[in-house]
Amino acid sequence: MSQPDFSHDGIRTARGTAFRYLFMLCALLSILTTVAIVATLLIDAVDFFATVSPIEFLTGTRWSPTNDPVAFGVLPLISGTLIITLGSALVALPIGLLTAIYLSEYASERRRAYLKPALEVLAGVPTVVYGYFALVYVTPALDTILPLSTFNALSASIMVGIMIIPMVSSISEDAMSAVPDSLRQASYGLGATKFTVSTSVVVPAALSGIISSFILALSRAIGETMIVAIAAGQTPRMVDLTDPAGMFLDSIQPMTSAMVQIGTGDIVGQGAAYKSLFAVGLTLFVITFVMNLVSELVASRYREVYR
Amino acid sequence: MAADTQEASVDSGFGQISRTKDVAFRLLALAATLIGIVSLAALLLNVAVDAVGWLDWSFLTNPPHPNPNNAGFLPAIVGSIAIMIMIALVTFPLGVGAAIYLEEYASDGYLTRFIQLNIANLAGVPSVVYGLLGLGLFVGLFNIGYGSVLAAAFTVALLILPIVIISAQEAIRSVPDSQRQASYGMGATKWQTIRNVVLPRAMPGIMTGTILALGRAIGETAPLIMIAAPTTVFGVPNSLLSKVSAMPLQIYNWASYPQTEFQYGVVAAGVVTLLVILLTINSVAIIIRNRYQQRT
Amino acid sequence: MTNKQMTSSETEQTDDQQPNPTPGTDSLADRGTDIGVETSSRDDPATVTDRTIIESRDLDVYYGDDQALNGISMEIPEQQVTALIGPSGCGKSTFLRSINRMNDLIDIARVDGELFFREKNVYDDDVDPVALRRRIGMVFQSPNPFPKSIYDNVAYGLRVQGQDDNLDEKVHTALERAALLDEVEDQLDSSGLDLSGGQQQRLCIARAIAPDPEVILMDEPASALDPVATSKIEDLIEDLAEEYTVIIVTHNMQQAARISDKTAVFLTGGNLVEFDDTTKIFENPESDRVEDYITGKFG
Repeated sequence: MSQPDFSHDGIRTARGTAFRYLFMLCALLSILTTVAIVATLLIDAVDFFATVSPIEFLTGTRWSPTNDPVAFGVLPLISGTLIITLGSALVALPIGLLTAIYLSEYASERRRAYLKPALEVLAGVPTVVYGYFALVYVTPALDTILPLSTFNALSASIMVGIMIIPMVSSISEDAMSAVPDSLRQASYGLGATKFTVSTSVVVPAALSGIISSFILALSRAIGETMIVAIAAGQTPRMVDLTDPAGMFLDSIQPMTSAMVQIGTGDIVGQGAAYKSLFAVGLTLFVITFVMNLVSELVASRYREVYR
Repeated sequence: MAADTQEASVDSGFGQISRTKDVAFRLLALAATLIGIVSLAALLLNVAVDAVGWLDWSFLTNPPHPNPNNAGFLPAIVGSIAIMIMIALVTFPLGVGAAIYLEEYASDGYLTRFIQLNIANLAGVPSVVYGLLGLGLFVGLFNIGYGSVLAAAFTVALLILPIVIISAQEAIRSVPDSQRQASYGMGATKWQTIRNVVLPRAMPGIMTGTILALGRAIGETAPLIMIAAPTTVFGVPNSLLSKVSAMPLQIYNWASYPQTEFQYGVVAAGVVTLLVILLTINSVAIIIRNRYQQRT
Repeated sequence: MTNKQMTSSETEQTDDQQPNPTPGTDSLADRGTDIGVETSSRDDPATVTDRTIIESRDLDVYYGDDQALNGISMEIPEQQVTALIGPSGCGKSTFLRSINRMNDLIDIARVDGELFFREKNVYDDDVDPVALRRRIGMVFQSPNPFPKSIYDNVAYGLRVQGQDDNLDEKVHTALERAALLDEVEDQLDSSGLDLSGGQQQRLCIARAIAPDPEVILMDEPASALDPVATSKIEDLIEDLAEEYTVIIVTHNMQQAARISDKTAVFLTGGNLVEFDDTTKIFENPESDRVEDYITGKFG
């Protein structure tokens, strides 16, 4: 019987090293992807900023990439994005938070077992389907009580809001479940009701997780494309923030929707309109990237507290 | 909860604390939990009713047509499936490989944490931005064609790769350490341990996560628009470089048609088809997960 | 396999009768020459009649900033049962895991000092822990069979070590030596997880001995088992000592007294306090602290 040797087996070691580097390469691909995203966006955006100054882009109040006179002010698009984000936040944050409280504090184990997957379905429906729902069902239904345009920010916001509910609820619920039971017991021991325990003990203790979920959900709303492209319209306009009715009832155009409009148009080529796609994309990327990072930092704080 | 009802029914001489606020809050929270689910259910019911009469065999086997009665979904269905298969072929090895590295090889250093944070961040990059990446990288730099099967698949593959990695990591992490110890204790190398012990045990979880990610991929629209995939094609793709449409793209295209026959008929049929295929994909994932859970 | 069994039993007799067997006359010595290490008898007051198979010299192990083992020096005799006992956290498991370098798997673990296996320092740069572990089997605290068939569990080590000739025969032999064959002979294809806890642990022992290691490390192998299963494992350990060197960590002092030839007592702080014949340790220990521990005054 041949006995194995103590010393390193050349082939075995080489194979082990090969696998190690192969897998490492796969992991490094994620960094490469980030680099590629930034590079792709920057290269064409820099080209774009050679013709349109960054100041004009960031402070201009008119967006008209293809129709004369062309203008590349991103503010109307940002204000459109802001409206959708605000509207979906009004829907998703309270509902998501209450859902998280219900799941974490009130629901029985059995009820939670079917409510949670059902909620996840909300995030799994393709966004193009939500956009279609907003356009052909929600808008006509709301039109019976409100003076709505065919394309409007309201139904798009509601749909985006419903889509991001599970994002708020599942991350918030995780944070609430991580709150040690001893804190709840202490409060019950003092004669508190479940309402008091939920709102004055659990929610404050899970606050950083909840805030993290809010930021992440809003970042998702900002990046949401198809719902707004289909249902919110293609009217880039500066929104008057003091006029809620005008904000929501009429057609607007968020950044993502503008990108889709340029992407579906026949302007593929090297013109300023095509390049503007990357400038808007870069703006969108920076905003969502910062939000995701902040969310991650806030979340890691609550993980530290209860670990 | 049991304590609540007991307290309410038995007069223990301590008096009653008002429960009005408590009960009201409980009902409010329950209503909030249900409102999204109920709204979606109502919308799904609507679209299912609208699809009746439109979703038939000829719809599934015909190409698109300006006349709603002749409009079909076939090229979009085939396109979606072709893209999906390519995505699976790309993301599965890359995602599992990255997960293996992060869980089994990498030490808990700065590089690992950086990669991990980076993956989490990639998962949050808007899909439309991935579209621009595809446009610049695959269409522009590598020149594999506007809206080709390959460009579409690579673009969406990068989009779902972080999700595949994260779920594969969870599956690998759930393999008990005692199993690895047993293998190393037998004089197995790292690779032998991964191949013979870790991967077989993690595979159902990895499969479930990958299939669910593919479910997300099949609904992606914005990246395909950005790489200039045509919203409508009339023939099925016959090569990896031919132009391709997909179900959500075709739905997006039809939804802009003003005729009610499209808005409340053809599109509804398309939506139902897409959702049924998505549901099938997700059911497969859940069946795999459940079968595995019974075995251990 | 048969060849090995035969030589092993010869070896056992030889060892009993001749304190200092000539190198090269038994299979174990052959192995020694295979790895370029000379096997010789060692003169040591504590193990005067035994050959040393494992020797640690001033071995320290750290987990990060915590010192888990503090200057451990001991010589473990071949083909005997050596028990490592002590209160939890005393470092006995850490010592066990430093023998086959399982501690390498922990990122923050660091080892100072030397540990010789057949006079080869296993912490030398040229030693591949994978090769080392192929000659030192290990059985863990709770049974950890793979979710594979009984057959594949036992064949696992043989396959990863490339010893997959005569697989059926080797699997049967290992199961027989682990005193499990009679119970599972008809169900070799069923999952190892379907067995009872005690059977699972004997399966793990069969898995460990199938590739024919020289040393078997056991980390509290019976702590998760009921008394009946425990006694079967104990009987098995005594049988195994006829062919293998067994090093067993246990927190059960009666178990150590029953099955071991040598006992090492570790006390808090990763210190080896006393190492001697088991009878000596339990009847007349040198150290008062050991006596206190043995008699249950602390620990």
